[in-house]
Amino acid sequence: MDTSIISSYLPLFAEAFILTVKIGWIGIGLSLLLGITDAFILYFRIPILSGIVKAYVELFRNTPLLVQLFFLYYGLPAVGIRISAEVCGAIGLGLLGGSYMTESIRSGLEAVPAIQTESSFALGMNRIQAFVLVIVPQAFSISVPAIIANIIFLLKETSVFSAISLMDLMFTAKDLIGLYYNTTESLFLLVIFYILMLLPVSLAGSYIEKRARFKMFGD
Amino acid sequence: MGFEVLFKGTNMLRLLGGLGAAMKISLISIAISISLGIILGMLMSMKKPVINAISRIYLEIVRIMPQMVLLFIVFFGFTKAMGLNLSAETSSIIVFSFWGTAEMSDLVRSCLISIPPIQYESSAALGLSKLQTYVYVIIPQIGRRLIPLSINLITRMIKTTSLVMMIGIVEVLKVGQQIIEANRKSSPNAAFGVFATVFLLYFLVCWPISTFSRYLEKKWAN
Repeated sequence: MDTSIISSYLPLFAEAFILTVKIGWIGIGLSLLLGITDAFILYFRIPILSGIVKAYVELFRNTPLLVQLFFLYYGLPAVGIRISAEVCGAIGLGLLGGSYMTESIRSGLEAVPAIQTESSFALGMNRIQAFVLVIVPQAFSISVPAIIANIIFLLKETSVFSAISLMDLMFTAKDLIGLYYNTTESLFLLVIFYILMLLPVSLAGSYIEKRARFKMFGD
Repeated sequence: MGFEVLFKGTNMLRLLGGLGAAMKISLISIAISISLGIILGMLMSMKKPVINAISRIYLEIVRIMPQMVLLFIVFFGFTKAMGLNLSAETSSIIVFSFWGTAEMSDLVRSCLISIPPIQYESSAALGLSKLQTYVYVIIPQIGRRLIPLSINLITRMIKTTSLVMMIGIVEVLKVGQQIIEANRKSSPNAAFGVFATVFLLYFLVCWPISTFSRYLEKKWAN
């Protein structure tokens, strides 16, 4: 391993790292938004919408991100819808993550026993108060481990972005290996930057999980 | 819309052949992962400090590293570092088995430790040998939790094998690209039809399996 090569590659990888992290977290933000909305739709059994949400969740949970990105990035322009690679990556990740988040948040909401709603009504709360003040906080602490697992999964999935020629970490590594054959150095930096991206999330995740479990009512 | 390309010549068959190539890799990796995962999971549930430390590191590596990175390390790195010339197929089977074994062993371990110790003690009190305890008491109980979870893992492994295209294996996405390239003149919007079909093919493979796993999970819930 040659340190001079590593230091000369460092800025390239840092740039790719920032791009990957940026698109990754935008995608995660989108997926949380989508997941929360969809879970609420399913929880309140809103007629037509919940059917659409169910179909969407099944479709995106059962297909790989790579195939979804190919469809969005190469398939859609053929019928006139053109999106840039960055936007496509964020949307793709958001759609994939949205389906996973929907499932996690919905099962959290459904895990809160019905007696909690009934008791809230007995205390004179209305539907909205009962949902916002009683159900959501409890459901959230139940969903947290699954949400964190999803976030880590989505950050790992960012590694397929290079397939739609986004200049992410994988793309940079593959490019440099192809150009200069400094395989060891490129792979070393690739691993280091992925650790940098995922280890903090993994550690923060276990910490938040402990805190959230502490907040749970009942057992 | 570009769907007509698929009915030209043997295009649809080629696409299915590409899917078959990906399935072959995933099936081999699944078989290896499940058998190694069960063994490792049983070792991990014995709570031996050395095994625990090694398996914690192993699981954490798999948890943090994207499969794509592992694929690059094995495919490009091993060749360079050890002079091994692994084919793309072999390296992808190595990587997916490495990943799948970790996932499977974690499932087996969590199922095994969820069995209360009183089950073992009661079996011993009834005079069952260690082997009998496992065969008649423990395995039937963990099977009901483990089987739905491992079926779910199978769909995840099938979805992950789509990555092999990135190290140059001709699978369904690559075949799709070839079909689009070959028909660029005659049907310029073939990309939509072909990639929508690939999308649907993956769905048709994974959806029945994951529905079956959910059905088993519900059926065996109590």
